[in-house]
Amino acid sequence: MDFPILTYMTFIPLLGMIVVMFTRKESVQLIRWESAFFSFIPLVLSIVMLAKYNGSVPDFQFIEQHEWIPSIGISYFMGADGISVPMLFLTALLSFVSIVASFNIQERVKEYFAFFLLLETGMMGVFCALDFFLFYVFWEVMLVPMYFLIGVWGGPRKEYAAIKFFLYTLFGSVFMLVGILVLYFAVEPHTLNMLTLIEYNSTYTHAFQIVLFPLFFIAFAIKVPMWPFHTWLPDAHVEAPTAVSVILAGILLKMGLYGLLRIGYPMFPEAAVYYAIPIGVIAVIGIVYGALVSMAQKDLKKLVAYSSVSHMGFCVLGLAALSVTGFAGCVFQMFSHGCLTGAMFLLVGILYDRAHTREIAAFGGLGVKLPLYTGIFTLFAMGSLGLPGLSGFVSEFMIFIGAFGSSFVPTWMVVLAVLGVVLTAGYILRMVQRIFLGPFNTKWEGLTEINGREIFTLVPLGILTILVGVYPKPLVDIISATLENLIRVMGM
Amino acid sequence: MNLTLIIPEIFLFLWALLILFVDFFTAEEKKHRLGPLSLVGIVITVVLVVFSGQGQAFGEMFSADYYSLSFAIIFLGSAFLAICTSIDFARERIKHQGEYYALILLSTVGMMFLAASRELLSMYVSLELTTISLFVLSAYLKTDLKSSEAGLKYMILGAASSAILLYGISLLYGITGTTVLKGIQAELVGSAFPGPLLVISLVFIIAGFSFKLAAVPFHMWAPDVYEGAPTPITAYLSVASKGAGLAAMVRVFFGSLLPVTSEWIPLFMALATMTMVLGNIVAIRQSNIKRMLAYSSIAQVGYILVALSAASELATTSMILYLLVYMFANIGAFAVVIAFYNHSGTDEICEYAGLSRRSPFLAISLVIFFLSLVGIPPLAGFVGKYLLFLAAIQKGYYWLVGVAVLTSVISLFYYMNVVRQMYFRKPTKNDPVKVSWSLRLALVLSLIGVIAVGVYPDPFVSLISKAASVFVY
Repeated sequence: MDFPILTYMTFIPLLGMIVVMFTRKESVQLIRWESAFFSFIPLVLSIVMLAKYNGSVPDFQFIEQHEWIPSIGISYFMGADGISVPMLFLTALLSFVSIVASFNIQERVKEYFAFFLLLETGMMGVFCALDFFLFYVFWEVMLVPMYFLIGVWGGPRKEYAAIKFFLYTLFGSVFMLVGILVLYFAVEPHTLNMLTLIEYNSTYTHAFQIVLFPLFFIAFAIKVPMWPFHTWLPDAHVEAPTAVSVILAGILLKMGLYGLLRIGYPMFPEAAVYYAIPIGVIAVIGIVYGALVSMAQKDLKKLVAYSSVSHMGFCVLGLAALSVTGFAGCVFQMFSHGCLTGAMFLLVGILYDRAHTREIAAFGGLGVKLPLYTGIFTLFAMGSLGLPGLSGFVSEFMIFIGAFGSSFVPTWMVVLAVLGVVLTAGYILRMVQRIFLGPFNTKWEGLTEINGREIFTLVPLGILTILVGVYPKPLVDIISATLENLIRVMGM
Repeated sequence: MNLTLIIPEIFLFLWALLILFVDFFTAEEKKHRLGPLSLVGIVITVVLVVFSGQGQAFGEMFSADYYSLSFAIIFLGSAFLAICTSIDFARERIKHQGEYYALILLSTVGMMFLAASRELLSMYVSLELTTISLFVLSAYLKTDLKSSEAGLKYMILGAASSAILLYGISLLYGITGTTVLKGIQAELVGSAFPGPLLVISLVFIIAGFSFKLAAVPFHMWAPDVYEGAPTPITAYLSVASKGAGLAAMVRVFFGSLLPVTSEWIPLFMALATMTMVLGNIVAIRQSNIKRMLAYSSIAQVGYILVALSAASELATTSMILYLLVYMFANIGAFAVVIAFYNHSGTDEICEYAGLSRRSPFLAISLVIFFLSLVGIPPLAGFVGKYLLFLAAIQKGYYWLVGVAVLTSVISLFYYMNVVRQMYFRKPTKNDPVKVSWSLRLALVLSLIGVIAVGVYPDPFVSLISKAASVFVY
């Protein structure tokens, strides 16, 4: 038996939560370091996993399978392939970064870190689980700590934002639950093993796929969130504390796309083709709408939040293309957006901690006062904008190639999506200009430069952004075999 | 005649009498010790139930099988937890503590007989033993008007519903010529029924049982009774008395009426839909936590009825498992409510503000119980609901499961409303809520139950599926 690396990555944060819970409430500093420690181990493990992962074969690796509830066909089944490996690494990294970034939380520190570590367990589990029941358990487990993190440590409208997030996502999940229950009876002998269910995808009738696919699609679309299911996102993002926004944007949004790649598409390939056009339309609306709404925002955090809607639209377009390039672009964008938006939310939080406002119009000329902060901010802003040489460009470029060459996506959609890039450039440049350039607003004379701990949280994200932008081959090597196999499984 | 099979029931009955007897010789200030004494009796009974053999006694009337065993454990468990939560409450606010504990035990005896009964009349008598004890218990706070109202209301409606049930039973006897469930089944299989008389009798029987279960539209008594009754009795009522109704109902319908499923399944589906929708929606508006839990427990019955309509082995398994997990979560939630009431004398939800600062353990326990009631994994409530819905999907009741999952989402809102008060609001007082050993015991046991069944349900599922195989589907 090999070392069960996925189990350790998933449950070490849970162990950390228990340790934190048994630490005295007053030992704030100890709790912080415990949390950092228990989220650092999964990060180390995930790097080991990256090194050990064999990208040349499409099979699942690091597999663990044990009986769990055999009487109803449920097993504890974990494994990772080229889609989940980058996501697991991103989750471990962003969790660690967010926990370090949360060291400035002063209120109810113990509960905060306990919930945060529970959240990490849920996220890791989602990306490892290969049994539907297990997947659903982790999928739901995440909601609870998220609800508390927004509701206790959030902004002025936190109660509303927290319950809206919880209700919205639970509403989506129960559709998936019904789908899971139906799938259980779809094959003989009844099973919830995802791989078996994918293997049998050719036995599902057309009508069965057409009906079942939307059940999963709604659950995932709410999580992404795709237009028109996105309305929970601005509220949750704006009210959530900085580190929670990072996790929301960096990981949780990707789970919807991950779900489509892992479940929706391979299990219901005919439905994927059948719904390609509507999904493409949703994607394009998301891209353009998200960009236009971002442009109109006065609040910096809201702007970043809506830009996520737009960026996730690109991912969905890549999915709708139903080609290796499109899928690869989607996975790239998931990874790249995780780094970029995670960093953007951290930067917004850093500014807010000092200025206590996020109103774009209130700033101006900060570049003079905070040159280092401005430089870092601009780097990530350019990445979001899609500047060549940074990760955002690579992923969007792949998505466009994939969509353009695809017979499932009409050309006009790609044209509109490319237009979205122009809009993105518009709102990002305008934001950078209004905050950092122009005459210095003397009101901000007292602002202090970004500190060492904050730079520490941003450096790894910056390195990844540049690395993926300049030399994307390692990531391509990890994902390509899996995605080629995925297309084969779908019978494309 | 095989008397050894009913040793547990006889023992518990004698123990109730023993409590009454000891009560005579106990000084007033020491009477709270009768609570732990009753707990001892229950524990011994559990041992007796597990180790007494299986078989039939009194002709076809009494059957000790896995089915009666599972229910007996659930009833004894709820009685145990309810008595744990009663001890402080009774010491402070109740006169005649001896009778109080004895009545709880007597009603448990009735329930155990009920679950084991395979004949309509003995079933009816057991049901009366159960409910009459409960009438008295509901009215136990003599000086409290609401409690007296609760007792009276419960008694009048309970008696009326028993009469309806009895009328249904008499019609069924008229059709089949027997009150033994097996005999009824044999009669129904052979003949070319179902005539209108059978339908009428089924409607009466379902209506009678639905009163006991508090299924909509027969639920009107429940919120008032639940609010007025002493809170530990509310906890006991909402779990054990529903469980008793369910035990009898499943025994009657799966044990004798399976040949005519097409006559009653649509009725159950309609009841399930109404119960889930109304229970969950009305619960949103409640500002008193006992009333909220009353409506929530109505809604929970709706989910059980979903599986009852499925009429399969999986359905029976899921119902019994659900009752078990519902027992832990619901009595656990009531234990928190009782602890809070003992300390602050109020049941208003807004008074829970900031409880997470005052008593973190109580607050997090209530969160866990509520999340289990919503059905969030990995808590027991999720496994329970999962199986219930699985049974319904197996039979192709997609829309019914659709209603069930959507109303579960609605239920999140009112449970989280309490959580919001406890966690997101600032406390108005800062003194921690005192929790006595007995309440702590009830809380810890319930927490263990909710988490253990949720994380590793396999032993429970396989044991309970033995109970489900009592019937031939």
